Amino acid sequence: MKYTVDDNGYYGRFGGAFIPEMLYPNVEELRENYLQIMSDPSFQKEFNDLLENYVGRPTPLYKAARLSEKYGAAIYLKREDLNHTGAHKINNTIGQILLAKRLGKQSIIAETGAGQHGVATATVCALMGMECKVFMGKLDTERQKPNVERMKILGAEVIPVTSGSMTLKDATNEAMRYWIGNPKDTHYIIGSVVGPHPYPDMVARFQAVISQEMKKQLKAQTGSENPDKIIACVGGGSNAMGAFYEYLDDLDVELIAVEAAGEGVNSGRSAATTALGQPGILHGSSTLLMQDDDGQVIEPHSISAGLDYPGIGPQHAHLFDSERALFLNATDEEAMIAGIELSKLEGIIPAIESAHALAALSKLEFKKEDVVVVNLSGRGDKDLETYIKWGKY
Amino acid sequence: MNRLNHLFNTKKENILNVYFTAGFPELNSTVQIIELLSRHGADIIEIGIPFSDPVADGPTIQASNKRALDNGMSLNLLFDQLKDIRKITQIPLVLMGYLNPVVRMGVEKFCEKCKEVGIDGLILPDLPVKEYRDHYQETFKKFGLSNVFFITPQTSEERIRAMDEATDTFLYMVSSPGITGAKSYIAESQIDYFTRIQAMQLKNPALIGFGISDNNTFMQASKFSSGAIIGSAFINALAQDEKLENSIPLFLNSILKKS
Repeated sequence: MKYTVDDNGYYGRFGGAFIPEMLYPNVEELRENYLQIMSDPSFQKEFNDLLENYVGRPTPLYKAARLSEKYGAAIYLKREDLNHTGAHKINNTIGQILLAKRLGKQSIIAETGAGQHGVATATVCALMGMECKVFMGKLDTERQKPNVERMKILGAEVIPVTSGSMTLKDATNEAMRYWIGNPKDTHYIIGSVVGPHPYPDMVARFQAVISQEMKKQLKAQTGSENPDKIIACVGGGSNAMGAFYEYLDDLDVELIAVEAAGEGVNSGRSAATTALGQPGILHGSSTLLMQDDDGQVIEPHSISAGLDYPGIGPQHAHLFDSERALFLNATDEEAMIAGIELSKLEGIIPAIESAHALAALSKLEFKKEDVVVVNLSGRGDKDLETYIKWGKY
Repeated sequence: MNRLNHLFNTKKENILNVYFTAGFPELNSTVQIIELLSRHGADIIEIGIPFSDPVADGPTIQASNKRALDNGMSLNLLFDQLKDIRKITQIPLVLMGYLNPVVRMGVEKFCEKCKEVGIDGLILPDLPVKEYRDHYQETFKKFGLSNVFFITPQTSEERIRAMDEATDTFLYMVSSPGITGAKSYIAESQIDYFTRIQAMQLKNPALIGFGISDNNTFMQASKFSSGAIIGSAFINALAQDEKLENSIPLFLNSILKKS
């Protein structure tokens, strides 16, 4: 079984590049060049140098003693929350902006939901002196004011999107529309393992640094590169794909993806795509998609804006389809409880996205000798208001 | 013979294709709009299937999609509305829509329904030519449906030739880089592109769309192709005066300069 992309841009029955002809030259330019650019030693050097000296990599792999004791297994946290800008998102934006420069692009666009990818994009644009436009649903600009201001301080233009439901999927639509109208000098930095081929593969490769480091760190700390289980949350799925990537063919490692169940899988307010979705086509790829019987996309709900997406990366859809990964979900409440628990037990306030991965610990059975890695994709600073509103701490 | 082929065989210039969104302005406007358009001078009617995420469309058509969905429009209902349309008109009918609702219904079932009601062609902007040839062409052909491809100022000659091979009715020439929306002029750079495509002597006729909004842009576009496609400007006209029996003849007369 092959879990990475095939020559046609597919993962099993998912993937592809379902884009209007107007976008074909842009996407084709990327497809023709991304592998060659990424494997160029001078690109690698520049990328790794920035990850080390600017982002702060490698991020620690920390054995969480009190959490381990509570769940009866050796639980390690991959500390992506300690990256510059507070989450794993910057691994991808650093990679893509270097790539955009080599393609001769002068300006950058991005979509953002909660604002984390927008901030990570605005950051690298400031770093490289490139013009930056971030599309953000108007509702999200109101819900995530501090990140809007953060992007503006970094010199980006934030464009509130008033079409459709005014959230992440509409911000993505609007970024694509802008790209259609400005095809030559603009690169679109997609923030997750979604979109038309080659985006899911390119973003996965940039995020793969997470599992590359995990292998070395586990070897040093436990004597074996492979853990028994890796747990990560999935919205579009970029942090999970980064944590899974180097282990896809190591079938002794159980991969566990945790989706946001919102107020409950069957509550009508959920973002658990594999539980609720049907095969469909959105934002350029064939994948699992939350939609009604008429094929209209359903607006998802999660307490965590970063998981609030009606689709899932096509590679994840394939991992689900092929049963290579186990897909669980956690409700808003379960995630909040798990977030507070980590704060009290380990002194780490996690992003609410990452708290969904932690919530899976109480749904799994462990043997005492199990080595479990939870990918702690982001820190909770941005979520303080949600924690305060939740109040039960 | 396909009604589209018949049209292109008998009319060589100034072909007017008008787009509207099914379910806009009212849920049940579909049949009346088709009837009025065909009676007052349109040559082809492009019926838009509304979608929640119309990524190639500008604000006007986004808004008509949203209103149509809010009105309760669906693909099943559209086929219901169209079931007797061939008793009313023999004008060529093309369905335009994004791929997801089609895939959700099932491509085979969708094509079967198209054939049942008398659809001649399909415009699916997010269905690329390679995907079409590999997975869709056979089914479309089985039900007598012609697929229409977009060409843009950035489309390479090689791809244009491939699309010209893959279709048998017409090519949709996108007038400039961008999404749908009414504009009031055609620029010099667009004319260079129109002339370049004209010089390729393709086997299929081309219709120019995006930014065509009035008699001036329609006549200019028609100089370089077999005719043009109007969408946003028509939706705007419907939105301004929802009395269709007034707004539709008035709009068509303004495009075709009939008094």
